[in-house]
Amino acid sequence: MKQLFILLGIFAALAVVPFFVSSEFWLNAVLLTLYAALLGQSWNILGGYGGQFSFGHSLFFGVGAYSVAVFQVQLGVNPWIGLLLGGLFGSVIAVGIGFLTFRYGLRGSYFALVTLAFAEVFRIVSNSLWWTGAGEGILIELDQRAVMMQFKSLSHYYWLLWAITLVCFLTVWSLGRSRFGARLMAVRDNEDAAGAIGVDAFTVKLKAMALSGLFTGLAGVFYAQKFLYLDPGIAFGPAVSVESLLVPIVGGLGTLFGPLLGAAALHIVGEVAREMIGDAPGLNMVVFGTILVLMVMFLPRGIGGLGKMSVRNIFKGGK
Amino acid sequence: MLEISNLSIAFGGLKAVDAVSMSVPEGGLVSLIGPNGAGKTTCFALITGFHKPDAGNVKFCGEDITAVKPFKIAEKGMVRTFQIVQPFAGQSVLENIAVGAHLHLRDRQDALDKASSVAHEVGLGDRLEQDAADLTVAGRKRLEVARALATDPKLLLLDEVMAGLNPSEINEVIPVINAIRDGGVTILLIEHVMQAVMQLSEHTWVLNQGRLIADGPPREVAQNPVVIEAYLGKGMAERLEKEKRNA
Ligand SMILES: Nc1ncnc2c1ncn2[C@@H]1O[C@H](COP(=O)(O)OP(=O)(O)OP(=O)(O)O)[C@@H](O)[C@H]1O
Ligand SMILES: [Mg+2]
Repeated sequence: MKQLFILLGIFAALAVVPFFVSSEFWLNAVLLTLYAALLGQSWNILGGYGGQFSFGHSLFFGVGAYSVAVFQVQLGVNPWIGLLLGGLFGSVIAVGIGFLTFRYGLRGSYFALVTLAFAEVFRIVSNSLWWTGAGEGILIELDQRAVMMQFKSLSHYYWLLWAITLVCFLTVWSLGRSRFGARLMAVRDNEDAAGAIGVDAFTVKLKAMALSGLFTGLAGVFYAQKFLYLDPGIAFGPAVSVESLLVPIVGGLGTLFGPLLGAAALHIVGEVAREMIGDAPGLNMVVFGTILVLMVMFLPRGIGGLGKMSVRNIFKGGK
Repeated sequence: MLEISNLSIAFGGLKAVDAVSMSVPEGGLVSLIGPNGAGKTTCFALITGFHKPDAGNVKFCGEDITAVKPFKIAEKGMVRTFQIVQPFAGQSVLENIAVGAHLHLRDRQDALDKASSVAHEVGLGDRLEQDAADLTVAGRKRLEVARALATDPKLLLLDEVMAGLNPSEINEVIPVINAIRDGGVTILLIEHVMQAVMQLSEHTWVLNQGRLIADGPPREVAQNPVVIEAYLGKGMAERLEKEKRNA
């Protein structure tokens, strides 16, 4: 219960940010942090709670983003319906990939590589289909009306993202107090032992895929509507995949607040790096890669684990 | 309740389990013994679906469950523990046991309540919030039993839950196992600790190099020359017999 109050408190504070932050620059910074937290939390469902590390979350992101864009541009489907479609297709693709990989018992780095490969396949295919706009990409026509899920004011985009992210975080909160969540973490910690006491690991992992794909797909829809442009590299390239996994690893895997902490930390580091070294292309990847290596080596439980660890050490007299 | 017939599996050239047949009656507390590497754990793995047998079949409550997936077998009411304990490290004792309790209980609070009562039953009641990874060997063995017990099994397969415990810990565990049986759970246990086998089980099967070599009440089996040879080596039974006569 305490966790829920903290969560709702944080989101209540986040909700009123646009009233207090008048600078477009700072509101955008908070928005991007929230967006990273959404990506990270979506990945965290599968990777942090389920122990299945995906290197290809851009696949679900891209499918979500292209869903809203293609249906809108080619078929005139309203983007609010596209939002549902994007989430749905992100989820369906995730379940499909999960079915193929988990059916054949792929775990660990094999699973990671398969997800990466699928994202690459989608990137290449979308490069050559006319209806995705091929290599030139796809442009959503500017039409700043709420019915078209386009807004004149940045704060309206912010609140849309806020709502999606809140649903995602509440879903993860419920993992900590549900049968499904208990089974998911059991599968993560020891699949054989979980099976012996009646946990159907295959189904549990597919459900985690479905949830993770759903929220990543929704993040993709948000991206498409915010920037009104997609190309295969943006949608299916490695940048989104890396951001998705880095955020919870930095913040604390398999924890409710980890992705928020991680998103904030990475944005601060990213800004500082840009101030110091300038805006060279690919630089953020170098910085992120370095952070990842350092985290895995020195802080495997993330920033969130830092507080826990030190409190525990104090009580146990160091261990 | 459990009938296995002609069960066999080979790993490469090694016949780990070779044409094993046995039957566990409902309500019984029976055991499977044998020297190291005899194939006892492999038997459990075959019965509960972790390995697929090369030949033979397994029947549980009249139903053929040969090579059915472990989680389905657990749903049907047969649950094994692991000789090499497999705690969900990083999760508390209570959370570990609750995973088992969730097999038949959807509601989180119900599962936690059940987990807590099972924990008290096996003597982990004072360590509910402790990280499973921080438990002692004895604690982990109890956790294995608790997790399995929380699923409300009809038949419990316990794989060496007393190995690595000191005599006083063993004396604590024996009544726990008796109480589980008195609660209506049929038990088949693998055990090296003869004291426990003698005290607990009504009937025992002896496995050696994959084959059943004897079965009967534990006291009789322990006198059986074939069994003594299996444990102590060829000629041992004869020597013991001679020494007895000479004494
Ligand atoms: N997965 C496997 N692959 C290959 N060989 C195996 C495998 N599992 C077991 N074995 C072999 O099968 C034989 C029986 O092993 P098992 O673990 O069943 O013995 P056990 O009776 O349980 O012994 P212990 O008392 O030491 O636990 C051993 O020789 C073992 O090395
Ligand atoms: Mg064994």
